[in-house]
Amino acid sequence: MKVAVPVFPGSNCDADTYHALRHVMEWQAEYVWHRQSDLLRFDAVVIPGGFSYGDYLRAGAIARFSPVMEGVREFAASGRPVLGICNGFQILCEAGLLPGALRTNDRLRFQCRHVWLRVETVETPFSAAAEAGQLLRLPIAHGEGNYYVGDDEHKRLEAEGQIVFRYVDAGGRPTEAANPNGSVANIAGVANGERNVVGMMPHPERAVESLLGSADGRQVFASMLRWLERAREGALHGDA
Amino acid sequence: MQFVATIHVTLKSSVLDPQGTTVARSLRALGYDEVSRVRVGKYLELRLDAQSRDEAEQRLDEMCHRLLANPVIENYRFELAAAPVKEAGGQA
Repeated sequence: MKVAVPVFPGSNCDADTYHALRHVMEWQAEYVWHRQSDLLRFDAVVIPGGFSYGDYLRAGAIARFSPVMEGVREFAASGRPVLGICNGFQILCEAGLLPGALRTNDRLRFQCRHVWLRVETVETPFSAAAEAGQLLRLPIAHGEGNYYVGDDEHKRLEAEGQIVFRYVDAGGRPTEAANPNGSVANIAGVANGERNVVGMMPHPERAVESLLGSADGRQVFASMLRWLERAREGALHGDA
Repeated sequence: MQFVATIHVTLKSSVLDPQGTTVARSLRALGYDEVSRVRVGKYLELRLDAQSRDEAEQRLDEMCHRLLANPVIENYRFELAAAPVKEAGGQA
């Protein structure tokens, strides 16, 4: 497994992401500076969190025009896995690779704490190792994590199974109190129509070792391997 | 020709604006009970060169749609004016 970690000016979660992939999952990982646009030699791309371009204009608004994002677009079109974490999610939405937009938290405060997520679908490269309904304990750290999508598109996403993670309480219920930022329907992560591109606001790379308070983030990365194995098996047996 | 553009980027009415709500609350707390709604947007100023006003409008519209506003959550409107001329020779 060889994973690309694009780095923009202002990205600051790239080292944690690299650590999770290289030292915890023990895969190959490479930083890719935002000016490079060829990602086809990788098996997966994980766009890290941070404040690319200082969040100027809107979070991710400028990063989406970096050359590396052309590479991400091409990579996503090839059907291979792309994960955007926090600012990575914002960049993917601005680039139109994921539906919706991320806005300022409804409480207007930066939220920095652990939350419970419920896995809504296991049909993505970042949830394949989990079970539907499973709870994950992951940290969030964001000022603009309020996911917005219009009513019609929201209904479609729910019907198509494109909601990947939802904020819930410890009992697995998506209550208002469990929603840290005002996101529509407590949505914490979504997938594109082909389900190979996923964006999530919480940080799985900060929860890969129990010393950090939770190792549930490993499930997100382990899913990549599971998904790729399934894809290869499917190709071997001639499945579509 | 040079133009000066002023651009307003505002949230679509269907989108909640927590900043606006907070500002309205703050104004009322200061004694301005008459305020019922606040929406916070962005204002940008931009200078651009173009062969004609039509060209300037078209290019500016593209800029707004591609970068300056996020069409998922924002609307935009702009005004274009010919840039004031500073040369003593008086070209239009």
